[in-house]
This record gives sequence, C-alpha cells and structure tokens, in this order.
Amino acid sequence: MIETIEINVIPAFVNRGSFIELNGRERAQALFDKGSWRELVGPFDRIESPWLPMQGVAPQFDDGCVVIKGRITGKPAVAISLEGAFQGGSIGEVSGAKMVAALDLATIDSRDGKPTAAILLLETGGVRLQEANLGLAAIAEVIASILELRQYAPVITVIAGTVGCFGGMALAAGVSSYVVMTREARLGLNGPEVIEQESGKDEFDASDRALIWSIHGGEQRVGMGLADDLVEDSVDGIASAVQHFVTAGKPTQHRSEQVELYRRRIASLDASSQIDPLALREQWKGFNSKGRTR
Amino acid sequence: MSEHVGLRGKAWFQALTGQDEASKEDPASVLTADVIIGDERALFLCVIPNPGSRFPCVRDGQVGLEEGYTLAHRVREALNADKDKPKSQKRPIIAIIDVKSQAYGRREETAGLFLAAAASSDAYASARMAGHPVISFVVGHALSGGFLTHGYQANRILALDDAGVTIHAMHKEAAAKITRRSVDDLERLGERILPMSYNVQDYAKLGLLHQLLHVESLIEPNQSEVDEAKNAIIAAIVDARKGPPDLGVRRQSPAAQKSRKAGIAARALMEHEWKKV
Amino acid sequence: MEHIEFEYPNAQRRITNRAHVGVVGSGDMEVLFEPSERAGAHVSIATSVNGFRGAWQAVFDRFFSKFDGSVRIQVNDAGATPGSVLLRLEQAVEALGQ
Repeated sequence: MIETIEINVIPAFVNRGSFIELNGRERAQALFDKGSWRELVGPFDRIESPWLPMQGVAPQFDDGCVVIKGRITGKPAVAISLEGAFQGGSIGEVSGAKMVAALDLATIDSRDGKPTAAILLLETGGVRLQEANLGLAAIAEVIASILELRQYAPVITVIAGTVGCFGGMALAAGVSSYVVMTREARLGLNGPEVIEQESGKDEFDASDRALIWSIHGGEQRVGMGLADDLVEDSVDGIASAVQHFVTAGKPTQHRSEQVELYRRRIASLDASSQIDPLALREQWKGFNSKGRTR
Repeated sequence: MSEHVGLRGKAWFQALTGQDEASKEDPASVLTADVIIGDERALFLCVIPNPGSRFPCVRDGQVGLEEGYTLAHRVREALNADKDKPKSQKRPIIAIIDVKSQAYGRREETAGLFLAAAASSDAYASARMAGHPVISFVVGHALSGGFLTHGYQANRILALDDAGVTIHAMHKEAAAKITRRSVDDLERLGERILPMSYNVQDYAKLGLLHQLLHVESLIEPNQSEVDEAKNAIIAAIVDARKGPPDLGVRRQSPAAQKSRKAGIAARALMEHEWKKV
Repeated sequence: MEHIEFEYPNAQRRITNRAHVGVVGSGDMEVLFEPSERAGAHVSIATSVNGFRGAWQAVFDRFFSKFDGSVRIQVNDAGATPGSVLLRLEQAVEALGQ
C-alpha cells in the first residue's frame, strides 16, 4: 500500500519557543508531523470525573488527559499528555483509563504489524487523592500496559516541568523504554514535601531548592543513568528528542530489567549517612557493565 | 495506623510456608520460600519490618531500595527457572502483603527508589505475562508505592475482611495532613466517595478484588483458617490459569462495571475513535 | 458546586464550528463553544465557587451584547475572575473563527 506521508522538517531558526510554557494539549500536538494527528476522547466528548463534583471540585472535560494519535517522522505514534495545571496532573479513574486504553490500542496495532510508539508526557504528582483507590488501580494498569507495549514499540516518557513526575507515575517512567527530561524537570517516587512530612526536615528540607534539584532534577537523573536524554526547554529540542527515540525503536535492554546491575549498585551504597548525589554519579559509572550509562 | 503493621505479614507467611526468615543472601526484610501449595511448588514472597536495616527509612516495614530489587531478583529467578516449562507448570507466585508504604527517605530518592519499585513491578508483571499465576494476599496494609511494588501486578487479589486491613493510595494520617483535613473528615468523605474509603469492604465494591476472606484470628491464624486461606489461594491460582495474562479482569466483574463505569466508557469510546484515525 | 444556566434567545446567527479554550487550574476555567441545536444561545456553568450567579450573569450579558452566535456554551470553572472569564470567551470566539 502506498501512502502519502508528510514529514515535518523544522528549520533551525523557527520553533525555539519554550515547551514548558505550553499546556498539556499543545505539548502533545507539537510532537506530531503536521496535519497527521487527531485528538481522541477529547473535551467535546465530555467524559469527566464522576467523583470530583461530589466533593465540590470542578472537573475538566478531558479529565486532564489528552490523547493524540498520528505520525511522528512518518511512523504511527500516540501521545498521552497529562495537564499539570489540572489537579496537579494527578491520575483519576477517567484520566487513568484513557492512558491505559491508548497504550492497549497501540499494543494491538503493534502486534498486528503496525508498530505504534507511545509518548507519555508526564507532569503529575501521582494518584489523585480525591479518587484514591481508583487512581492507584489505574496506575497499576498503566504500568502493566507499558510493559506490554514496550515489547513491540518504544514507550518514551517526557518530563519537562514544572510539576515533574512523582508518586506512582514515577514507576511508569521507570518501566519506559526511554526517559527525556529538561533541567527544570524532576523525577522521583516521593516529592520533598511528603518526605519532610513523613520523615522530618532533617531528612529532607522541602524549602531547599538546590537540594531538590540535586537529587530529583533532570541533570542529576540523566547523570545517574536513570534517564536517557537531557534536553533544553524548547519545542524544537523536545520534538527532536522524541523523533530520535521513535526512530531508534526498542532499546536492547530495558532499565527496569537490569536487576543484577542495580542490586550491585545498591549493595555498594554507604547508607551510614546521606549520600552525595554527585559522588554517586561517579560511583555508578564505575558499575556500568557496558561502559555507557543507560 | 495499626500498630500491627508488618506483624500479620510475617505470621501469615510463616503459617503458609513454615518459614519465617529471609535467605542469607537477602536483606532480613524480604521473606521468600519455595514450598508446596496444593500439589505444586510455588514461590511465596513477603516484605516485613527490619528494625536492623542499614536504611533508617525502612525499619518499620516500608518498601525501600533493597526490598524492591530483592523482590525483582527472586521473582525473575523463578521466571528464568520455569521459562521453558509449559504454562500449566509455571509455578504460582504468591505475594503476602502487609506493607506500610514505600520508604520516605533522602537516600532512597538519591539512589532512585522509583526504579527499584519499577523493577519489582516489572518482574511480577513479566511473570504474569509469561503465564505464571500471580496471586496477592492482603493480610494487613497495602498502601500506595508499597502495593504498586509488591502485589498490584497480580492476576488475582485476595484480602482478609477486617478493620485492620487497608488498601489505599496514602495512609490516613499523611492524607489528612496533605489535604489539610482531619482524619475524621477523611473517614466521613470515604463514606460518600467509594474510592476514598479506607474500609476493605468498600474496596471490594470497586471490583478489583477476587475474594474477601473472613477469618477470626487475624494475627495468629489457627489451622482451619490457614487451610481456608490455602484453599482460597489454590482456587485463585486455578482461576488465574483459566484467564488471559493481562489485567482486563479488573474491569469485568459486576462490581467493576458499576464502580468503574466512567473509565469503562472512556475506554469504549477510545476504541471506537481509534479505528477512525 | 453550583450549576448555573442562562438563555440568550436573540443570539440567532448560525454557527457551524466549535472551539475549546482554557484549563481548569486554580483561578481559571475552560469553555466549550458548539453550534446550538435549538434557537438562541444556551449557557451552562459548573463552578466550584458558590454564590456568584450575579457576576456570571453580568459577564455573559456583556459578552452577548457583542456576540450573536447561536451557540451552546459550557463552562467548568475553578474560580476565574470576571475579567478572566471574558478573556476566555473572547479567545473562544477567535478560535471559532465565526
């Protein structure tokens, strides 16, 4: 079958605008080949949270999750973008279901011979506490669905900031094929506020911005080998990085499968005091079995 | 917050496997045993408190770095050992769950706790996808990152029906502080808003649970209660083997079709619209 | 939560496009504009800030004094100021292109 494919060639002098300043929908749209995309289950379909209005919280018509299907460098792809400004990008029943459904449909297409990459734009604090158990269950299903899809096509997590990727959704980043971050972005299971709340200010001073970025920030995570690519905050730069990983296809090994490597790394940690993040970067480089941190 | 968090896990693990200590190569917080249940060998796993852990933030039974990677290692060991066996002979993997939460610590964040949790989740899911029946048995607390790491990738989830059993996204006191409410307010909210409830009987109404088990003595089960639990686990293993290896069953029960209506509708519409692009 | 409805029977110009603008962040709102199936324009608002029906009425009266499209307008609001509301409505008209 012969198809006409429009490749979006972006000249270097345009599209240098900030990616972070775009909302969740605009970020997803910016990744696709011009004219190749459509939004699915969008605001006009009005599938909202049934739980938020019961608590006097205004819902959003798309429940804070935007799904866009189309082509990236001519290849089939789906982007699933969380709106960080709505309830902190948190996962509820509907937003979680949209993410799971899109991943599962990409898996079906991929198994049928049409590999379909997924790009997850994660600005999220994790579970939406107003939907607690349905949010947590949805995150378990997101993890399961990523693990299915990544066997056939790359699952690329993009964390640009300012919300970052925390809570249960950090596991989604952890099982992804690739993770792209900006310097502004942060990635971690627990954010500084909840650590300070649960373990005290000495354990983590949530007002210490330098401390936060030294541990959770994009540069540190990429430097640690816990994320794959550090990019500037530009639409052009992030779209390019996504195109690169869509083209690269599946990695030879997934980070979350490298259990022996990480067991050795953790076994060698000196836990008698807090760990210096920069020193740990160096220490782990020595532990990489292949010479290049992934 | 139950002061018994972590004790039920150990008690039930011992009752079901006859063992109560970790392997010498593993941290004291991760109990594993390869023992017979019904007529086949199964891998049992449990995370328990380790007051002597070199990581201060896991000493009350939180799931941390060592716990995550040890669970991943032991599950993958079973996965590899059985990889050439036919599906019907892949050993069941049974997670006994009583975990307070994930570890809230700076060391953990620095060393990438999110990846340890992801690795364990990956291992359990990979075993399930390969055809191992993965069963979770919640005997105490199953909270947030702890449950995502240890148990939530199971084919079938069973739980004890008791006030001390809590499945939730965040323990009450922390959730109260972060949402600036009183614990009483949160409990009242849980009475109106089903997914926010801390009551395991309400959790059962979400349609995610395979079975609620009624037992009298929760911390030190007697022999007939252990037998009842074993039979329930065996039945769940049989049921899991009959179905597909994905988590679709969590949308299919009558309870799920009611409680997860909006999510189910979103999924159906997504399928419909996907085909048109 | 409050649900507020308004009718503008004189807004009769036929509209065929639709538009969506905004995000339901704190102090913000989103709005859908669609062709109306019935004559006139019909507004329905879901807001988490109670007690401001009069302010909403004033904003929409002002908006419909200039806009005459027969539209169905739906709003989800988390505390936008009247000025912000008007801005969003104007953005929606621009996105509509009619």
